[in-house]
Amino acid sequence: MDFNFSEEQTMIRDSLARLIREKYDFDTRRGVVNSDAGWRPEMWAQFAELGLLMAPFSEEDGGLGGGAVDAMVVMEEFGKGLVVEPYVPCVVCAGGALKHAGSEAQKQEYLSAIMSGEKVFAFAYAEPRGRYDLADLETTATKSGAGYTLNGHKAVVIGAPWASHLLVSARTAGSRREPNGISLFIVDKSASGVVTRDYPTVDGRRASEVHFENVSVPAEAVVGEVDGALPLIERVADEATAALCAEACGTMGVAHKMTVEYSQQRKQFGTPIGKFQVLQHRMVDMFMEHEQSISMTYMATLKLDEPETERKKAVSAAKVRIGQAGRFVGQEAIQIHGGMGMTEELAVGHYFKRMTMIDHEFGNVDHHLKRYTALSAEELPAAAE
Amino acid sequence: MNLEFSPEEVAFRKEVRQFIADNYPRDFIGDGARDDLSREQFLAWHKILGEKGWSVPSWPVEYGGTGWTPTQKYIWSEENARADTIMPLPFGVSMVGPVIYTFGNDEQKARHLPGIRSGDVWWCQGYSEPGAGSDLASLKTTAVRDGDHYIVNGQKTWTTLAQHADWGFFLVRTDPDAAKPQEGISFLLIDMNSPGIEVKPIITIDGGHEVNETWLTDVRVPVENLIGEENKGWTYAKFLLAHERSGIAGVARSKRGVEKLKEIASTELLDGEPLIRDEDFSRKVSQLEIDLSALEFTELRTLAGEAQGKGPGPESSILKVKGTEIQQRLTELTMEAVGNYAAPYFRGFPQAGSNEYPIGPDYAHAAAPTYFNMRKTSIYGGSNEIQRNIISKMILGL
Ligand SMILES: Cc1cc2nc3c(=O)[nH]c(=O)nc-3n(C[C@H](O)[C@H](O)[C@H](O)COP(=O)(O)OP(=O)(O)OC[C@H]3O[C@@H](n4cnc5c(N)ncnc54)[C@H](O)[C@@H]3O)c2cc1C
Repeated sequence: MDFNFSEEQTMIRDSLARLIREKYDFDTRRGVVNSDAGWRPEMWAQFAELGLLMAPFSEEDGGLGGGAVDAMVVMEEFGKGLVVEPYVPCVVCAGGALKHAGSEAQKQEYLSAIMSGEKVFAFAYAEPRGRYDLADLETTATKSGAGYTLNGHKAVVIGAPWASHLLVSARTAGSRREPNGISLFIVDKSASGVVTRDYPTVDGRRASEVHFENVSVPAEAVVGEVDGALPLIERVADEATAALCAEACGTMGVAHKMTVEYSQQRKQFGTPIGKFQVLQHRMVDMFMEHEQSISMTYMATLKLDEPETERKKAVSAAKVRIGQAGRFVGQEAIQIHGGMGMTEELAVGHYFKRMTMIDHEFGNVDHHLKRYTALSAEELPAAAE
Repeated sequence: MNLEFSPEEVAFRKEVRQFIADNYPRDFIGDGARDDLSREQFLAWHKILGEKGWSVPSWPVEYGGTGWTPTQKYIWSEENARADTIMPLPFGVSMVGPVIYTFGNDEQKARHLPGIRSGDVWWCQGYSEPGAGSDLASLKTTAVRDGDHYIVNGQKTWTTLAQHADWGFFLVRTDPDAAKPQEGISFLLIDMNSPGIEVKPIITIDGGHEVNETWLTDVRVPVENLIGEENKGWTYAKFLLAHERSGIAGVARSKRGVEKLKEIASTELLDGEPLIRDEDFSRKVSQLEIDLSALEFTELRTLAGEAQGKGPGPESSILKVKGTEIQQRLTELTMEAVGNYAAPYFRGFPQAGSNEYPIGPDYAHAAAPTYFNMRKTSIYGGSNEIQRNIISKMILGL
């Protein structure tokens, strides 16, 4: 058993922490979030330079030879700095799908461009009526000539306004919500028939509604198996979920630290409010929630390459625990800050908002508790007749 | 004991419902976010109620109250909640109004009560300061007597909707040497247009402009604007805080909120079925309804006590704590119900309302910001920690 980080991982953490400290302080972030673009392509280029975008990929694929633990290290630091750039959709999701199932040609063309930062992907998987069900798809891809024609609507595609390309799940066969008949496509965002409506999100990022109106893609745009992409999508979504858990740990830790510090400075009734035992216990609970979240994130991250059921259970367990912890830590951070916690000016409210939205990404507490329960039920010994 | 409405009460409900249907200016006020309303939109219903004589139901009849029974008042707030009306703000009607008719002199009553009733004058509450929140008695804003004026200096904060206010009621320190901090405080009415007052916006985490910093520099306030006696302001403030808390339970609004939540959860899908049919989600809604029902009957018991002459006592802290917990839970479940479409942020979004593709269902737009905003309810009006301290001290004797 070893919970130590490798030298490379420690280096990534340290250099990223320094970059965030120097170039991603809260005021700078606020400026970026409120700018027209909403992100900094030059920051993305710096991430590429630091090797962050190639960290989780093997050396054969042109990466640094790391894996999910490296993505975890990156995401925890991103969480601490409330980084808005689209690491999860681009590197973890699109990069992950190509790593697991991309053809040599696709890796050549797309994975290396993701790693260098030249191409930016968003992951268009959710649909307006599908909630968190990855198989609940109304978007269709019908065979036409050698390629496919896409039609449909993808909801709240995080990072899409910044993307050059989209990774899109669509139905090539079967009916809505059927596990079979799903395929994954690479779509150039500038392709004719791709219509986007961009908007900011409540936690300072950008997203789009993406509409496909008879968008033609070649057969080479398919990633993985035609009709059989759901296992791949689920795997990538699990990896993304683990990465989000790591982000939440970073976010939670900072919110907790800010709260403890505030309670030491803020005086009421002639004493720092941190001296009130009811608040002390609350902050101790926040601390314990954060520690448990870190543990669950390690557990889930280390099990990402286990057989499907084990992986899914681990990831769902982590997402449940972290959803609950993030809610508690976020709400208490605001409460203990009093009126100051309600202000846009103070950073703590932004940490609260991000924690809130992490629960909504790739399935909330209920969704993952259900998935965990269903998988556990399958493992039960069959009832004696 | 009896839970039935009498035929008179049923008739009253009908009358109220009809009056709201005929008179509520929905076209003018719209259904937008509350703190994005203009001054005129905020006041529109208040003014109509003022003309009807229904703007201050709880006041004594001699000052313009309706003389309604607690049950009628309950019906009144239910019907307004049902119609999603923007009610008169509490600062005049429930806060300073009762202080003025209870502790003010005849001139003050004649001067200020009519404007509160009619909705012509907007009031704000100037209590909290950067250094004096929960420990309100440590407030530092000073009022120094200079002939027939007080000269007021200091900074107030969190002043709700002061950007629209004509008048404010302020707690100020008139005796810095008093033995206890509570003893040197006075209650002053201040014209918000006085020279030396500056109101600066504070933007909250939902993006709204609801609160402000209020700076007072050498503001000259005529002595006739002092309520009651000098240095007795704390007594009046405490009286007012008890009034503020009793309205804070928000039962009728939360009931309406639960209805809306169910509508949303009937539209939203999970595994192709309405979300409200999902056992996990519907249990959470049921739990909320059960908690709300406990709160409702606790409030009714309090109201019945009040009708028998028992003023709102420390029990109203229960209403504040439970009422706000329910409001917060309600907004949290609403946000959960809308799923992915909780993320888009619409405030000040230039393209909103355009003919482009819509972004999610309309009911989703305010879900997350409302959840963020409602975190305030366990902080203001005496935080929920302070309420528990009150119950522990005043009721349990600990
Ligand atoms: C949206 C909003 C609107 C408001 N509107 C107005 C207004 O119109 N006019 C006005 O005058 N004020 C207004 N307020 C101010 C409000 O009354 C104060 O925020 C409140 O009294 C808490 O004070 P504080 O913010 O300074 O927090 P603090 O008093 O600093 O409290 C910070 C934390 O410490 C806890 N704490 C403090 N003392 C104790 C204790 N003894 N034991 C245990 N825990 C304790 C608190 O509960 C809280 O969790 C508003 C506030 C908000 C957020």
